[in-house]
Amino acid sequence: MALDSKIPSGPIQEKWEKHKFDLKLVNPANKRKYRIIVVGTGLAGASAAASLGELGYKVEAFCYQDSARRAHSIAAQGGINAAKNYQNDGDSVYRLFYDTVKGGDFRAREANVYRLAEVSGAIIDQCVAQGVPFAREYGGLLANRSFGGAQVSRTFYARGQTGQQLLLGAYSALMRQVAAGQVKMHARTEMLDLVVVDGYARGIVTRDLITGKIETHLADAVVLGTGGYSNVYFLSTNASNCNVTATWRAYRRGAYFANPCFTQIHPTCIPVHGDKQFKLTLMSESLRNDGRVWVPKQKGDKRPVGQIPEGERDYYLERKYPSFGNLVPRDVASRAAKQVCDEGRGVGSTGLAVYLDFADAIARDGEAVIREKYGNLFDMYENITGENPYKQPMRIFPAVHYTMGGLWVDYNLMSNLAGLFVIGEANFSDHGANRLGASALMQGLADGYFVLPYTLSAYLAGQEKVEIGADHPEVLKTAAEVRERNAKLLALKGKRTVLEIHRELGLLMWNDCGMARNEKGLNHAKARIPELRDEFWKNAIVPGSGEEFNQALEYAGRVADYLEFAELLVDDALHRKESCGGHFREESQTGEHEAKRDDDNFSYAAAWEFAGVGKPATLHKEELEFEYVKPSQRSYK
Amino acid sequence: MTLTLKIWRQKGPDAPGRFVTYEAGDVSPDMSFLEMLDMLNQDLIKKGEEPVAFENDCREGICGACSVMINGQAHGSKRGITACQLHMRLFNNGDTVTIEPWRAKAFPVIKDLVVDRSALDRVMQAGGFVSVRTGAVPDANAVPVPKENADKAMDAAACIGCGACVAACKNASAMLFLGAKVSQYALLPQGHPERTRRVLAMVEAADKEGFGNCTNTSECEAACPKEISVTHIARLNRELLRAALRA
Ligand SMILES: Cc1cc2nc3c(=O)[nH]c(=O)nc-3n(C[C@H](O)[C@H](O)[C@H](O)COP(=O)(O)OP(=O)(O)OC[C@H]3O[C@@H](n4cnc5c(N)ncnc54)[C@H](O)[C@@H]3O)c2cc1C
Ligand code: SF4
Ligand code: FES
Repeated sequence: MALDSKIPSGPIQEKWEKHKFDLKLVNPANKRKYRIIVVGTGLAGASAAASLGELGYKVEAFCYQDSARRAHSIAAQGGINAAKNYQNDGDSVYRLFYDTVKGGDFRAREANVYRLAEVSGAIIDQCVAQGVPFAREYGGLLANRSFGGAQVSRTFYARGQTGQQLLLGAYSALMRQVAAGQVKMHARTEMLDLVVVDGYARGIVTRDLITGKIETHLADAVVLGTGGYSNVYFLSTNASNCNVTATWRAYRRGAYFANPCFTQIHPTCIPVHGDKQFKLTLMSESLRNDGRVWVPKQKGDKRPVGQIPEGERDYYLERKYPSFGNLVPRDVASRAAKQVCDEGRGVGSTGLAVYLDFADAIARDGEAVIREKYGNLFDMYENITGENPYKQPMRIFPAVHYTMGGLWVDYNLMSNLAGLFVIGEANFSDHGANRLGASALMQGLADGYFVLPYTLSAYLAGQEKVEIGADHPEVLKTAAEVRERNAKLLALKGKRTVLEIHRELGLLMWNDCGMARNEKGLNHAKARIPELRDEFWKNAIVPGSGEEFNQALEYAGRVADYLEFAELLVDDALHRKESCGGHFREESQTGEHEAKRDDDNFSYAAAWEFAGVGKPATLHKEELEFEYVKPSQRSYK
Repeated sequence: MTLTLKIWRQKGPDAPGRFVTYEAGDVSPDMSFLEMLDMLNQDLIKKGEEPVAFENDCREGICGACSVMINGQAHGSKRGITACQLHMRLFNNGDTVTIEPWRAKAFPVIKDLVVDRSALDRVMQAGGFVSVRTGAVPDANAVPVPKENADKAMDAAACIGCGACVAACKNASAMLFLGAKVSQYALLPQGHPERTRRVLAMVEAADKEGFGNCTNTSECEAACPKEISVTHIARLNRELLRAALRA
């Protein structure tokens, strides 16, 4: 199938306005006849479900947490970008667009990115109207700060809890629609498959996580806002239940998965402490506004911080990238940290850490100012490590954090399967090969509040309404397959726990397909993943039964999907022989060890089509055209 | 270190529950409390026993999922943190640790340490929002908000909806949760048009869910992982009085 991105014609500044006008509308009286399923209640899903409910559609919303308010978006700390130019520092829609295309290392779709920048301002207006308590200045107006990869202050924030406050805003709008009877909320309900009839997404199969009941829900369109797949690496900054199941199941039913190898490693996380660890904790990127990153100049220098004189410290980001300094984008900062640790200059007991030092900022602004800005992050750090970052520098190390890849969608956020829409981190669209800080929250809310409600309406208006019965053979077959698979999982009474196998998969992925990748390592992972998958299906232990609250069964299903998905991720990384953004192929670097893109051969989004487990997926390419921001070697010097 | 764990085990909502004693060996001080439970569960699974059900997601103290009483205290003894943020360096070799679910009429047990907190969502549905539609709102800077009010609203908005305040209260009252929500909106101009209706509806919904009354013992504040202050309950009461005068 040819990939049609459906980018509207005309100048980029006018595409979205014109497209909105061209989109068909659903008559208000007809809206209530349509049923829409929204899976996920993170920023993307909650904002979409609330907005669609307000428009008059019958919405069914799903999440696996006990409450919509607990979606993973809640954990975002740092902030959300918007081109408001409230600081009068030269920001504009065009600059945000430009920074994001460049930040994504020219692997994003220009038209989408422009639209994202265009609607960014309305997001802030919306959130303020909902009562989101953004940080303010003494004059009562909104405050901003700067964030990695940008030279203007365009990031809005709510202490270190921006994600929670934005999500509570969207959640409150959602609760309002639940009360109004427009949205039916199914919490503690996990989507385990997608129902596709004649190429159209028609519903989902779910498991009630309390009773274990397998149920089918049918609708006129299905929206996935199910987040990212960082936990394929086992250790990541994502919430422990984040998983790839919803998008992976859709992929198995025919939706294309794009750029799975584009994963983001965040430079400022608390280093791994032991082999029993389950997840890593992010220290917000905003800390790089005031913290200075350094390691000793000397290899193997194990002296305590206080005994390393200023002259023997290497502030390597400031040295290598004088114009961006500590604020270089995440992929650049992460690789630089890896490099100094590889050189034997890492600090801490494992040598896998660098310092993030606030001594200068505290001397300059005073401890009170630093506490006001970052107090909760410093407390969190102290809780976890037992060390006081006001007194000694933090130790940080990169960790997997965000996934730019996801289901392929066109300009209307619809996948290649008709009626299947994908929003937020779950789709692949706007960030290219690397995401800039504070732009995931922006994208999730842009998709849910300001893009999907229009494009989904147009899709419905353009279709003949088809009623699929619960007894349709395809519906029955999909539900039966879900039951079968659960039974297979529950029959596993081997010797290894699912967690052990997941941890092994994660370590393999981190070593062979992590911050730096090469053909040898990738081939090693490619050979090893099917073996691990076999081992899982022979030797894992899944306790309990299916007709009850059974967290072990939930987890086993998710890991089983990761064991299939990991292979696609590695295949994608193998095929993309260039370096770009977060995807660093050691074979493709400049003399200064910076990522070297290969625009002649790889200026496309790779969209993969399922061909069977263990069989090579079919590659479809969406060629990317850059009319406005001319591809150049990304430089932050 | 080695710890003795007394954990509440309960098959389902209607099944009787009881404490079961386990030994957790090889606990490192750098582990988080939940990693210690993960380790126990790995052992149980290998022995062919059922792992302990407990709720968690972010493990960063922000989603409010983790909800356990540790030695009789919601989220454990250290103030201002959630159970997932608690680290084992606060315990000593040989300690006995009792672990129970939240106990409140409005939070029925689902299994082991997992309770049903959907009552809090229903309280929110009664009025925990500003009635604005998507789009067609004024520019974000059109209405300035004094920093002091914005900061206070943020203090209140920090509530993660964990329910520890309810679990810690002898009346199983949700007043701290309600106070936080009502205060956030009362402190911001955006919340004003619906002020009267909101406070009445939310308090009524909480009563209906079976949350108890507040008798000012402030156990909630001590248990709250976000250190939400009881002054928000005082503001809630003022809002109630104001609403009663207008209604
Ligand atoms: C620690 C941390 C800090 C971050 N900080 C920032 C920041 O400062 N700024 C920024 O812009 N971005 C930040 N990010 C990234 C950002 O938070 C996420 O990318 C974004 O919130 C994702 O939102 P989402 O709505 O797409 O998905 P999520 O919030 O992940 O929501 C997924 C939803 O889908 C549901 N779901 C998933 N699968 C299923 C299924 N099978 N069945 C039913 N329901 C399902 C879940 O229950 C959940 O409701 C951060 C990320 C992390 C990990
Ligand atoms: S007020 Fe505190 S204890 Fe109560 S739900 Fe909110 S965060 Fe939890
Ligand atoms: S797991 Fe999210 S607050 Fe503890």
